[in-house]
Amino acid sequence: MIGMKQMVAVSAIALMAATGVAKAQEPLNAEVIHWWTSGGESAAIKVFADAFNAAGGKWVDNAVAGGSAARSAAINRIVGGDPSTAALFNTSRQYHEIIGEGLLNDIDEVATKNNWDKVLPAPIAKAVKVDGKYYAAPVNIHMPLWIWYSNAALSKAGVEKPPETMDEFFAALDKLKAAGITPLALGGQRWQENSLFSAMLTNVGGGTLWKSVYGDKDEAAIRSPEFRKVIETFISLKPYVDQASPGRNWNDTTALLIKNEAGFQVMGDWAKGEFKQANKEIGKDYGCIPGLRPDSPYVLGGDVFVFPKTDDAEKVKAQNLLVEIMTQPDVQVKFNNLKGSIPIRSDVDVASLDACAQLGMKIMSDPARQAPDASQMMEESVYGSVQDIVTELWNTPMTVDQAVERFEKALKG
Amino acid sequence: MGAELTRHVKRNLVAYIALLPMAVVVIFAYLGTMAWSVRLSFSSSKLLPKNDFVGLTQYFTLFDTPRWLTSLGNLVIIAFFFLLICFALGCLLAIFIDQNVRGESLFRTVFLYPYAMSFVVAGLVWQWVLNPDLGIQHTMHGLGFTGFVLDWVVNPKMVLYAVIVATVWHGSGLVMALILAGLRGVDTEIWRATRIDGIPTWRVYLSIVLPMLRPMIITSLVLLSISIVKMYDVVVAMTNGGPGTASEVPAKFIMDNLFERANIGLATAASTVMLVTVLLVMAPVIYSQYFRKSGRAS
Repeated sequence: MIGMKQMVAVSAIALMAATGVAKAQEPLNAEVIHWWTSGGESAAIKVFADAFNAAGGKWVDNAVAGGSAARSAAINRIVGGDPSTAALFNTSRQYHEIIGEGLLNDIDEVATKNNWDKVLPAPIAKAVKVDGKYYAAPVNIHMPLWIWYSNAALSKAGVEKPPETMDEFFAALDKLKAAGITPLALGGQRWQENSLFSAMLTNVGGGTLWKSVYGDKDEAAIRSPEFRKVIETFISLKPYVDQASPGRNWNDTTALLIKNEAGFQVMGDWAKGEFKQANKEIGKDYGCIPGLRPDSPYVLGGDVFVFPKTDDAEKVKAQNLLVEIMTQPDVQVKFNNLKGSIPIRSDVDVASLDACAQLGMKIMSDPARQAPDASQMMEESVYGSVQDIVTELWNTPMTVDQAVERFEKALKG
Repeated sequence: MGAELTRHVKRNLVAYIALLPMAVVVIFAYLGTMAWSVRLSFSSSKLLPKNDFVGLTQYFTLFDTPRWLTSLGNLVIIAFFFLLICFALGCLLAIFIDQNVRGESLFRTVFLYPYAMSFVVAGLVWQWVLNPDLGIQHTMHGLGFTGFVLDWVVNPKMVLYAVIVATVWHGSGLVMALILAGLRGVDTEIWRATRIDGIPTWRVYLSIVLPMLRPMIITSLVLLSISIVKMYDVVVAMTNGGPGTASEVPAKFIMDNLFERANIGLATAASTVMLVTVLLVMAPVIYSQYFRKSGRAS
């Protein structure tokens, strides 16, 4: 143990020496842990890095492949007493416990200056604000439940226009099936099956049911005929999925739409990246449906950066500069265009965004349609149990009654 | 007695000092972390370890979690078939190679080679082979046999057996190598004697040679059992526990709760259950291997 302490001391001295030297030229070093490693993602985060460097900082990139691996790395560094300057998390409850333990710096100074209470959509503000203080900087909004479709597949099956209601959706599925095209492209992995279920909950049940089941965990809502209808609709989608679905990755699934072998896919707006890479155009080759009812809720997911506790004034300065840069309107537009998501603030110029993102911005401007992502309404362990139920519901002959029982136990337990 | 002990310590002082670093490592790095995990299983830890005490709550939650029960059931099925097939196949391979076949070293290498491959690679390869869109089924359909169905990795009822096939393929070479080494150590006099007595070869193997190989057999069974308990990577690569929860295993349950679901308390409770199970299974083996033998010798 003594050896360990000495080692820490030595490295601390080394670090101080290093920063001492660095102070002369580059005052604001910022080490950022994130998991954005794919082509589009790394291009997007480079926007932040470049903007930060241009503002007099020095971005030290620490990319860890895989979301949970990156978050574990960040948390281990925080608990171990050697935190990074900033770390990426999902807009959820993932970081609420480390806020509770007092391990994060608040960023209220920047937030108040930029009037976050006004510019951020309410669910996002709620996810990053704890006990009246902002602890995380949201950088993008992903809507995880878009319904994508292939124009060629639909027209081949004789579907004239993309569905706008649940009935039209099922009619289109039937036509696709009759035409020998896989109606619904689904990657049979837990989280993708869960997205499909969430889409049924928001589109069949609506925003109120979404919030009362997942948010309030209201027993009456879980046992209500509306929620049973959601489960039934979800089950009734099974025959529209191809046999090779289990275990398929989401991008391989999107490829089925790109190749016009499948009609629809429920997937987050990051799917646009796949279409873009295949040189497909929105409107011409593929399209996006935000919901299957006029008041379908727009579910707000996304990513945030958190800023681990430090008393080092230089580091705090770097953290505040990071927040400032990342949430600037022009940086936001540039970043989100590459990431496939939409900006976190409504006061940006939407002209350069693509058609689906513009549609999303428009829907989001109506507060009544904003809805928090499920991960913002429950703890990770509870959400995990919910996903276990959904995947069993999809893959086993579980009855609606059993499913309701299991949902109630998982959400209330 | 006391004087004797002091003398003993004095005589071996250097040896004890030399052993000290290893003892420290064992006590702190292995036993210490194990004890820490068991301690955490009695706490309400979520994302971060907590120092409170909630009794057996995590264990009650654990055995009320359908996915954990599925995982345990799956482990029992995998353990039974994997041990049985792997061991039988390994022994047979060893015996065949022991017949002084031509190109023996080639066969040895071929059969042992899968073991050199990581479980992730083995899992991926079998995932591709058994995937209806890419593997054997696809090929057979391409050849015109459109009625051919081999959908084990996507069929919830068969997926466990797909995992067993992959692990048997991976592990039977090890059993072969161990048993073959044992067979080579069998005194040729025994073979000569049985031949004079006119005992059929299969009988010699079954009643004389295999019982002589007890240490090899126990070693291979222990190694196979350990690979069953820690089975994780092959499942992640092959099915990721799916379809649904049809191929979930306890190790994956633990990893998921530890790193994805921020549920350290439940994860450590699950790992404690696994630890106790392993100890219960291993205790008789360890006893018969070490203690009884040394007792007989002295």
